Amino acid sequence: MTTLRHPLMQVRDLSKMYGARTGCRDIDFDLYPGEVLGIVGESGSGKTTLLNCLSARLEPTSGSVIYQDRTGADIDIYQASESRRRLLMRTDWGVVHQNPKDGLRMRVSAGANVGERLMAVGQRHYGDIRETATDWLGRVEIAEDRVDDKPLTFSGGMQQRLQIARNLVSGPRLVFMDEPTGGLDVSVQARLLDLLRRLVTDLGLSAVLVTHDLAVVRLLAHRLMVMHQGQVVEQGLTDQVLDDPQHAYTQLLVSSVLQP
Amino acid sequence: MTSPLLIVENLHKTFTLHNQGGVVLPVLKGIDLTVNAGECVVLHGPSGAGKSSLLRSLYANYKPQQGQIRIRHDSDWMDLVAAAPHEILDVRKKTLGYVSQFLRVIPRVSTLDIVSEPLRRLGIAAEQAEDKARALLSRLRIPEAMWSLAPATFSGGEQQRVNIAHGFSVNYPVLLLDEPTASLDAENRQTVVDLIIEAKARGTAIVGIFHDADVRELVADRLFAMQAYKDAA
Repeated sequence: MTTLRHPLMQVRDLSKMYGARTGCRDIDFDLYPGEVLGIVGESGSGKTTLLNCLSARLEPTSGSVIYQDRTGADIDIYQASESRRRLLMRTDWGVVHQNPKDGLRMRVSAGANVGERLMAVGQRHYGDIRETATDWLGRVEIAEDRVDDKPLTFSGGMQQRLQIARNLVSGPRLVFMDEPTGGLDVSVQARLLDLLRRLVTDLGLSAVLVTHDLAVVRLLAHRLMVMHQGQVVEQGLTDQVLDDPQHAYTQLLVSSVLQP
Repeated sequence: MTSPLLIVENLHKTFTLHNQGGVVLPVLKGIDLTVNAGECVVLHGPSGAGKSSLLRSLYANYKPQQGQIRIRHDSDWMDLVAAAPHEILDVRKKTLGYVSQFLRVIPRVSTLDIVSEPLRRLGIAAEQAEDKARALLSRLRIPEAMWSLAPATFSGGEQQRVNIAHGFSVNYPVLLLDEPTASLDAENRQTVVDLIIEAKARGTAIVGIFHDADVRELVADRLFAMQAYKDAA
């Protein structure tokens, strides 16, 4: 990382209102290439609203999200045409949902779940697609003999790993993750976290990761934003925010974690 | 001819405990410190004098309220107090190493991976990075059978030696050491002293905390006296 790089994403004065209620308000930040940004806060603090606004799935009430595409052009996401936005979502971005059922097609095989993402970006050779899909299932530790099984027959942890493979197979530059380890047993969580950590480092991905689990962000995020009542109350280097929190709410959040 | 690698100017650090009646705890007041290449400065003072707080501030793990921490990075100067997170991470990747008191273990990650990771992050090939990691682990007497295991179940002394190997894997120009010899036996303590002396010979600027007087004698070029803030006021 050098200091002169151009941000991959620039977020300016972003707000989303639900009528008179605030979803998120006055959000401002830059995301740099290769950076993993963690967003923490309690339920209802606006984390998921913000994530949805960033990933072009929820139109903000005001403000802008500017993304630098592969050609180096800055695209204002909500000013761009629908087709342009769709193309970006398919080729440049991935979204890992908390519930794998929201990110997978449960009634087609694991191999097809991964393979269809390759077809969506223009690959046509069946043998190549199958080979790449199998390779990716291996990388997320799903045995080769499960390629033709439907995700319905998978455990929760396997479904989540399959969802990650489906998102990463097409080589995205930016991945949005909403509580990727939520709802999993701790032993399964550890395996998933280790996997995500290695994939993010090896592929040099940028990511925005929403979670309420501070241990998860310590492990995965370079940088942290703490949200409270729709606003960012503190942001900075992950270990600095966790070890020397400045804001009253962050101090409460950090001191409320039970040590096993 | 001395060449400074780290210059601390007028550094102030307080903790404000918002959820405990807004108590304000001052720890550092107007710290000035310059560390040159090849020099080991040992922070010296009683418990509670702010030694660890200063060291953590130098690593940008703590956030000072005022002052500058300038570090020589990529032939330029960067102020860690004002730097953006991605800039701090770049400094930590290439220029600034830190050996903490305790190893933070990550589930499922092997000892060899932990020690070689800082090198791999610099773009060094896995094989070369692992060779260096193996050499350090051998020197610090971690049995080869343990290299492929995650250190969660290791003893305190073993974890600390893995931590030291991790901290010394990259030849950082500036190195911060927080009691690296605290839980080690005499042989391993000597190895750590050797590692520090070798690093100084390479031109590394070192800031450390050592409670062990013998070790301090062997590595320190000078002491930086610190006293509890209430006395300094």
